[in-house]
Order: sequence, then C-alpha cells, then structure tokens
Amino acid sequence: MSDIVQPSHPIGQRVPMIDGPDKLTGRARYTADLPAIGALSGKILRSTAGHAEIVSIDTSAAKSMPGVIAIVTGDDCDKTYGVLPVAMNEYPLARERVRYRGEPVAAVAAVDDATALAALTRIKVTYRELPAYYTAQEAIAADAIALHEKRPGNVERQTEFDLGEVDAGFAEADLVREDTYHCAEICQVQIETHAALADYDVERDQLTVHCSTQVPFYVHLMLSRCLDMPKGRIHVVKPHVGGGFGCRTETLNVELICAMLARKAGGAVRIVLTREETFITHRGRPETHIRMKVGLKKDGRITAVECESLQRGGGYSGYGIVTNLYSGSLLYALYDIKSVRYTGTRALTNTPPCGAMRGHGTVNIRFAFEALLDTMASELGLDPFAVRRANLLKAPTFTENDLMVKSYGLPECLDWVEEASGWQKRKGTLPPGRGLGMACSHYVSGASKPVHWTGEPHAVVNLKLDFDGAIVLLTGAAEIGQGSSTVLAQCVAEVMGLDMSRIRVVASDSRVTPKDNGSYSSRVTFMVGNAAIEAAENLKQIMVEAAAKKLDAQPQDIECLGEVYRAASQDRGIDYEAVVSAALEDTGTITTKGTFSTIPESHGGKKYRGAAIGGTMGFSYAAQVVEVTVDPDTADIKIEKVWVAHDCGYALNPLTVEGQVQGSVWMGMGQAMSEETRFHNGMPIAANMLDYRVPTIVESPDIEVKIVESVDPNGPFGAKEAGEGSLSGFPGAVANAVADALGVRVTELPITPDRLMAAIEAYEKEQRVRQTAGAA
Amino acid sequence: MKLILSITVNGTARQDAVADNMLLIDYLRDIVGLTGTKMGCDGGECGACTVLVDGKPRHSCLALAQACGSTHVESIEALADHSRLSRLQAAFHEKLGAQCGICTPGMVMAAEGLLRHNPSPSEEEIREGLGANICRCTGYVKIIEAVQAASAP
Repeated sequence: MSDIVQPSHPIGQRVPMIDGPDKLTGRARYTADLPAIGALSGKILRSTAGHAEIVSIDTSAAKSMPGVIAIVTGDDCDKTYGVLPVAMNEYPLARERVRYRGEPVAAVAAVDDATALAALTRIKVTYRELPAYYTAQEAIAADAIALHEKRPGNVERQTEFDLGEVDAGFAEADLVREDTYHCAEICQVQIETHAALADYDVERDQLTVHCSTQVPFYVHLMLSRCLDMPKGRIHVVKPHVGGGFGCRTETLNVELICAMLARKAGGAVRIVLTREETFITHRGRPETHIRMKVGLKKDGRITAVECESLQRGGGYSGYGIVTNLYSGSLLYALYDIKSVRYTGTRALTNTPPCGAMRGHGTVNIRFAFEALLDTMASELGLDPFAVRRANLLKAPTFTENDLMVKSYGLPECLDWVEEASGWQKRKGTLPPGRGLGMACSHYVSGASKPVHWTGEPHAVVNLKLDFDGAIVLLTGAAEIGQGSSTVLAQCVAEVMGLDMSRIRVVASDSRVTPKDNGSYSSRVTFMVGNAAIEAAENLKQIMVEAAAKKLDAQPQDIECLGEVYRAASQDRGIDYEAVVSAALEDTGTITTKGTFSTIPESHGGKKYRGAAIGGTMGFSYAAQVVEVTVDPDTADIKIEKVWVAHDCGYALNPLTVEGQVQGSVWMGMGQAMSEETRFHNGMPIAANMLDYRVPTIVESPDIEVKIVESVDPNGPFGAKEAGEGSLSGFPGAVANAVADALGVRVTELPITPDRLMAAIEAYEKEQRVRQTAGAA
Repeated sequence: MKLILSITVNGTARQDAVADNMLLIDYLRDIVGLTGTKMGCDGGECGACTVLVDGKPRHSCLALAQACGSTHVESIEALADHSRLSRLQAAFHEKLGAQCGICTPGMVMAAEGLLRHNPSPSEEEIREGLGANICRCTGYVKIIEAVQAASAP
C-alpha cells in the first residue's frame, strides 16, 4: 500500500510549546491564580536592621486583633534549611539574629490582606544592633565580627587550585597582562513574584503546598525538615511558573513560612510577595571583584591563567560554595588551557543572599577573561578571532581539571558569527563611535554530580498507556517557561512515531510524578530527555511484542510506523489503537519507566577540593559578535545588533532553542548595560524594575541566532544545553565593542553612561598627559 | 465604601458593589474571577496587568475600578473565540512570543490595542507600542516577530 502511514518526526521541528494556548488565553494558572476559597492571607514582617540581635518579639497586640488567625516567629521553627547539605544555616524566620535588612522575622495569617498588613504594624521587635558589613571587603576585614559562628572571618569557603605549570607558563609568554574587573550584583527579576499556597489538613495531618519554584523536590525536602513532618504527609505541586533564571533553584523562605502559617492556622494560607520583597528574597548573581592575569604567546596561544575572585555572598550560604567553584572550574573547557591558578573567596555580608543565577558562577569570570584577551590581542596586533582559534580544544578530550568534553562546536560558531557580522570587512573600517566586539562562552548540560547525592539515577520518567490510547508522560521536571514539557513530549512522540497530540504531559506533582531534582544547571533536556527516550523505547517494545502476537510474526520483524504496526512492507498492518488493545489484553494499564544516570568519567576530578563542580555530560558552546554605536558626548551606548551562534549539540526544537539563546543574550545585555541592585546601608534602593533598570523593548536589539549542531554522543538525539551558554559571552563582547568604538575600555559592569563617561574622561586625560610628555 | 459599579467586562454588562479604593486589577481577578490579568510588580513597572479600557491599553494596577464605570474593559480572556486563538494569539503561539507566559496577557493586550489603532505598524511603532511591557524570557525578538505576523499585510 503506497499511502501507508508515515511515522511522525517531531524532533528537529519548530514545535510551538504545548502549553502555549493556556498561556495565551489566560487559562494558565500560576500560584497567585489558584482558586482557594477561604484561604487566609499571609504577610511577612521583615527586619529593619542590617545586622542585629533580636532582643524580643512581642506579638500580643497583633494576636488580639479580630481577623488575625495565626502568627509565627523564629520560635516556631528551630530547624535550618539550605540547598547544600553542608551549608544549611538559614532559618525560615530569623532566630536570635538578623543578618540582612528585609530578613523575615515574623509572619501573620489573617482573613484578608488589609488585616494581615495591619497586624504586622502591631508586632514589636526590639533589636540590638551589631556592626554590619555591606561589602565583601568590610566583611572579611580582620576586625569584623562573624555573621555565623561556623564561618570565621566571614568567609564561606576559600576555593583554591593550581593546575599545570602556571609560573612556567607566564615565564614562556611573550605578553603577560593583569587587570581588575568589577561586576555589580544583579537579580533575576522574573515577572512572577514569589508565591505559595499552603493547605494544612488538621484531621489527617497532611500538607499540600503549591508554589512558584524550579525545584519542587528540594522544597519537599525542606518542608519535611523544617516542619518536622514525614515526607509522605507532604504534597508539593508546581503550577505554571512565571520565569526562574535561578531565583527559585533552592527552597525559599516564602514556601516554608506559608506552610508554617497554614499548619498553625489549621487551614489554607496564601502568600504572594510584592516585587520589592521578591528583590529582597534575591538569590541573584553576586557582586564580584576579579583580578585576571593571562600569558600569551605571539601567535595567540594562552600559556597560563591566574584568577582571583571575591564575591559578596549575602547573609547566608545558599549555593555559595558551588558558585565559587564554578567560577574556577569553568575557566577550563572553553579553550585549550593547561595551566590555571584560581583563588575564589566568597564573603558572607549583611545583604540578601545570592544564588544560582542563569550562567551560574561563570558570567563575571567570563567577562573578565574575554575582555582581557581582547585587550592583549590588540596589543599583539592579533585579530580576536585568531586568538580564539589558536586555543581551540579537540574533542573528545578531558581538560586539565578532568572535565569531559565529548563534542565541541566552537569552531563552527566562530566561523558563522565572523561571516554573518561581516567582521573581516568591517572591523576597523567603521565610522567613529561605532564598534564591533566578540566573545565566546560555554555552559554545562546539568551537573554530573547533584548537590543531593543519593546514588539514584539523575532522572526518571514514567509513561502510562491505557484504554484511550493516550500516552501520559509523568515527569518531575519543572516547566518554568523554558519548554521542558514540550521537549519531553517531542522525545516520546519521536520514539513512538506518533503525533504529539497522543502525548499528555503531567509534570511536577509529588503524588503522581517521579522525583526530579528540578530545573537548574540546564539539566532537563539532557537528563530527563534521555530518560524519556528510554521510557518510550520500553513502551514501544511492549507495543511491538503485542503487534507481533496479533500479526502472528516475530517481534524483530515488526515495523512501527507510529499509527500503524506491520510485519512486512506489503502488510497493511494493524493500527495503533488495535495494538494498544492487544497490549492491554494481558496486563491492563501499562506503565513503563526510563532512567538516566551520568557516566563516572563525567564526574570531574579529585585534583582539588570541590573539583566535581563543573563536571557535566556535555558542554554547550557559543560565540557572539556585538555591534554598538556610542555617543561620545553622552556616553550612551546603543546595541545595534547581535550575531550569536550556539552549539546545542542537536536542536530538538529549533524554535525554542532560538528563544532560549535570544533570552540568554538579552539577559547578558541587561547585566552588561544597566542592571544593578543597589543598597544604602544595607537598604535596597533599587528594588523595583524601574530603578533596577530592566531593559525595555525600546532599547533591545535584534539578536540573530545560528544553531550549530555538533551532535553530542551522549545527548538525547545528540542534544546539549541551549538556555544558558550564550549569556556569559555578551558582557565581554560589548565591552570589546565599546573599546573598538572609542578606544576606551570599561572594566566595570554595568557599562552605564556614567561609568563610560568616567572612563572616557580618564582616557582623554591620559592622552593629554602623554601628548604633553611627548612635546616636552 | 462600596458603590455600585456599572461596567462592561469582555462584552458582558455587569453591576457589582465595589469598594471605592479597589484597583481595576483586583476587581477583575477577585470579583469577576478573571485571573488571566497578572500582577508582576508593585504598580506601574511591568505592564503584565495591561487590559483595554474602551479599546486603549491601560495598566489595570494603576486604575481604580470605580474610575472605569460605564467603560468597556477587555482582558486576555476576551480575545479567543472560546478556545480558538485570535490571529494575534496564534501568532504569539507559533512564533514563540510567550515563554513562561506571565507577561503574555499584558503583552498581547498591549499589542491588540496597538493593532486596532494601527493595523500595520512598523518595527519602530511596535517597539513604542510595547514599551511599557517588560518580558524577561524572550529578549523581545520573537514578540516583535509575532506582532508583525499578526499585522495586516
């Protein structure tokens, strides 16, 4: 039969997101939208002191107000929480001491918002102020008192390694340069403010929490720990989530406080944070001071790198150690560099805690490195592309710090952005004030060793097939807008040869979906995608065997065409629904499972403490060229255009890959050009989108994306990460473009007109001094 | 104090007892039950709450419900023909103008207001028309493509 059904191949197609219609019609429900009749309103009282002992908290006046149902303080929970088992030092509500302005100290559940807010004003907290440290330098000064007993000197942990022959490398270099760089603290500013809805059932001692998280499993663990409840009595659901970017890759105090209030009230409580509170909850990218030193040969070969970084971590540990370790380890695996010496210091300060923001740990270091490389290339008279090409890796390989590199599309990325931007023809010939700059970057496709090491597989996917023929894909992977549910449905549909309409995704509901570590470090497509493929292959095998029985053939002779299974090319075969019925005959409802575990070679090395951080199954690679126009009178920078090429292994969905790459580059632009959290004596003074300076559509450039496909041998259909790797290239590329346009180099982010103007004036002064000296 | 508000919401005339200090967004979400309109900031920063008031985009977090008496308010729920996406919604869907989707209702309503007034906007006019709406996912590139795809040829 010539009009035989062809299997569907959704992989590699531009597939719109499966939950798009819900988001476009207003049907998609986020935590604040969930119906909860009778739910109380929860509000949080926050510290007015940057660093202080809590002398007393008097809640009696608030308690006696009509409509106030429950009040909780630090006395209600003596259990710490945190994302790293070795660094849990935060309480849901401060006990004895507050360590940043805005830290929660008490919370109220009341019949409505107005009553809850009024009750907060009646809670009296007495503080005894302590010396407060708002910068990393102040916090680590010799005379500073410790924020935490177990963190003497206010150092989270110093990370050090010295690999290869660094001193010999500098000795053999033709040019050695050292410079310092400074990156302001930034915040994710996802549009959905943090929210939680907790419902406690007194009769059955059960707790259900819906919350805006990227990591429902970690929230589950911390709810159990802080509320001292068995995990089996807790039910965590992640509804639609309005963006993450790393602000929700760990349990937040809002989820724990909401659950504490619900249990105390004996009912349902909803907390929806304000934008200001969301800024204060923070978990953004730390302010970082960097000293970078590089040795180069005349031909552009990098001989050695030395890097020192100092991060302002905030009042609690959070992901701190990991951020610090990523900053060091990912100096490797982009270029072929043997010798690196790294010292990373993470300070504890009286500011909101930092977290694992998109491009975790790599962005500020990459900015410094790419900017310094550009400065040195220009000094040696080398083209920036030639310098990168002189230092390419050859995959497969292991780096000096034992990171596994199996696929490497950076050369193709470089070729494309060079050609598309007209680099060779245009660089150096542009009118005054116009410039081109380039940079490269990379990122992991999931951490090969998770922070909670249990020995279990990294990912589990279940498929359920029943009488209706629909395949229900059960996954704990947190859809946060990146398209994880869509890509998993694509993977299953591809293996089964079915249209995606046959697949229904149920995600992130602890009662029905398998455990998943969550959406961070770009792990979902690689890890959960591979598990989905395996689950689908197992289901297909069952279907093939059922079809073989029905067609009186051997399973190995059965051909699956998706909607038709047949025994030979001349056979009309039997349709999918008939095969489903046949498969169900003996067993009833079918469930299959797929898992994914990382291979030991990908786990990083043991050459220094923490060397596993950076280990991944596959690195993405990216190169970008940024074109700018700078007004020399106002120092206003206009981004004219960005060309970016991203090696994502294989684009399972080119539409969403482009969206991720554009979003990454743009977020890098925000950091590079305008975004900055700012504090006055620990008081946030830019905790809104206008003062913080989120770029609008008006100042956002066209971003042209080229997808490079290196086809990773371990990736799902060859895929690697797509949602982070392009971010860290932008700051360096734009700094290099500004230097090209004006001859002036700014070493601080964001490159605001103020900072650029200061740099222009300093440069002009230096030129005048030089001319005067020359004339004399 | 509560007063009777006479208003048309998504084509249906209503009368509700509404406090004089209630914001339009809270009226839509809490009284009418239309949670498609989102609150992303502390007032006037992000545009996620954009609705059309008599056909013009307006931040529902900055408008008192009582100030919208006798107007026609349209929210994201009004655009689709039951579950069939409008041309603009379909363009946002197909071009990936929405990722996490939380800014989307406001973004789409701002674009709807723009296109009703100017069916074939230039790229510059699209940027101006959506200048009060913040998106953190897309970098705006595909939002512009979506509005262009929904523009009159």
